[in-house]
Amino acid sequence: MELLEIVNNKLKEHFAGDIESAEQLYDYPVFTVNKDKVHDILKFLKEDETLNFHFLTDLCGMQTADEKQLGVIYHLHNMPKNYRIRLKTFFDINKPEVATATDLWPAANWMERETYDFFGVKFKGHPNLKRILNVDEMDIFPLRKEYPLEDQGRTDKNDSMFGR
Amino acid sequence: MSKKETTYSVNQEVIEEKEYSTLNLGPTHPATHGIFQNVLKMDGEIIHDAVPTIGYIHRAFEKLAERRPYAQITPITDRLNYCSSPINNMGWYMTVEKLLKAEIPKRAQYHRVIIMELSRIADHIICNSVIGVDTGAMTGFLYIFQWREKIYEIFEEICGARLTTNIGRIGGFDKEWSKKTWDLIDTFLKEFPKGLTEFSNLLERNKIFMDRTVNCGPISAERALAYSFVGPNLRAAGVDYDVRVMNPYSSYEDFTFTVPVGTQGDTYDRFMVRQHEMWQSLSIIEQAIKKMPAGAMHADLPDFFLPPKEQVYNNMEALIYHFKIVMGETDIPKGEVYHCVEGGNGELGFYLISDGGRTPFRLHFRRPCFIYYQAYPEMIKGIMLSDAILTMSSMNVIAGELDA
Repeated sequence: MELLEIVNNKLKEHFAGDIESAEQLYDYPVFTVNKDKVHDILKFLKEDETLNFHFLTDLCGMQTADEKQLGVIYHLHNMPKNYRIRLKTFFDINKPEVATATDLWPAANWMERETYDFFGVKFKGHPNLKRILNVDEMDIFPLRKEYPLEDQGRTDKNDSMFGR
Repeated sequence: MSKKETTYSVNQEVIEEKEYSTLNLGPTHPATHGIFQNVLKMDGEIIHDAVPTIGYIHRAFEKLAERRPYAQITPITDRLNYCSSPINNMGWYMTVEKLLKAEIPKRAQYHRVIIMELSRIADHIICNSVIGVDTGAMTGFLYIFQWREKIYEIFEEICGARLTTNIGRIGGFDKEWSKKTWDLIDTFLKEFPKGLTEFSNLLERNKIFMDRTVNCGPISAERALAYSFVGPNLRAAGVDYDVRVMNPYSSYEDFTFTVPVGTQGDTYDRFMVRQHEMWQSLSIIEQAIKKMPAGAMHADLPDFFLPPKEQVYNNMEALIYHFKIVMGETDIPKGEVYHCVEGGNGELGFYLISDGGRTPFRLHFRRPCFIYYQAYPEMIKGIMLSDAILTMSSMNVIAGELDA
């Protein structure tokens, strides 16, 4: 049975209404889940005997293309069976709150701080949620799309013929 | 600076009164090989607590990448773990190729394996010789570093650069390697075992070295997994996780090699795991040269392969491709991929989201250093300051990878 099916069946069994989508993107099964239940789902995935996603490979943030939502992406790994899945959750940019995963994996500590630093996602229950790579005095969240990389007021450079 | 801390019993009686001193280790301490700051709470020479501050060389790579065409992101990856840039380059190419669903010729894949294993050796040479330096053995460092120089000469012969290599192309390599490159590799394979044996003889069973490193900064397998350790540091704790074996990429399944593991997860085990990995890398390179298949050096991806100059001037298509590549106007299909390679420090991941344009919509680097360095305060609790320095160098924390 495909990994996507195995995980999807398990999740459907326990969190029927909270799985918004399940799809195979290249070599990864990807699940989008309800942000209020993300902690329960992570806990279930970690502690379930057959799935046993005991290793948090990666945790990062993103902003959707319409710039109205922020997301957090978890990459989980079960080493003995070599299962790898990706879990996503999205929420409104004006209320960017999601439960922390630091109680499940201490490794999530700095990764969540980094996500907060760059996207302003507030992880509820995080022991020490403050900026990590940028200076403490910074008052923006630089990886959000509303902060363009280059000075948009530049007049000496015309890229319109390239469609940008 | 010092502060008093008092421990009380239930009846508010004073059990213990201790005075801790605060020591600022770093940001530019000569012993820490890079810009790391740790505010240590010391009880004499014993570390009671540590608070690391990072981000001193943060260069906003993830934001920069959002405005760069795909080929121009390679130089950014060079500067992550700059001790083994080619592995980062290859990892990035493979991520894009996965998104493009490109098929890379076996010959190019084998060349990639050679270059990645060479840079793994270079990475481990740096880490292990610096462990030697931190224990007071400068000699090993001075002798083994000439082999790193030889590896950099090979890189220089292939791509012209030594440290930040930007080696190869999306889809393979730009050209066949020169005869001189192969001569340099042959000499390296012949001579390096002598150098490595000499280095092993100097340190591996050295009484002073073992006294300093055995049981210094240990971490158990459970804690290492909880902290998402990868690579040699995880293997030293006894978990045989290697991306090359678990999720083979670039034809690693064609080669026979063993994955060395430790038991204690201490500095000595980390040192020994890296030592043995160098021997394994040598054997992989030899196998790759022996089995080297014939064929092309580049996949059929004209969008990423600068055509030869005479064709640019005489052939319409070549001119178009040349212009598109130089101006960075190549669109990439929509999609998202995660690809990981076994870097010098373990699983180096690239999470790429493309919205179909010429630049990534979002690119995230899974940097092993950044993730496992947060276990450092736990690892150095209760040990001496000089051992803490040793623990840090044995973890191979590279500032470029840590701060992105």
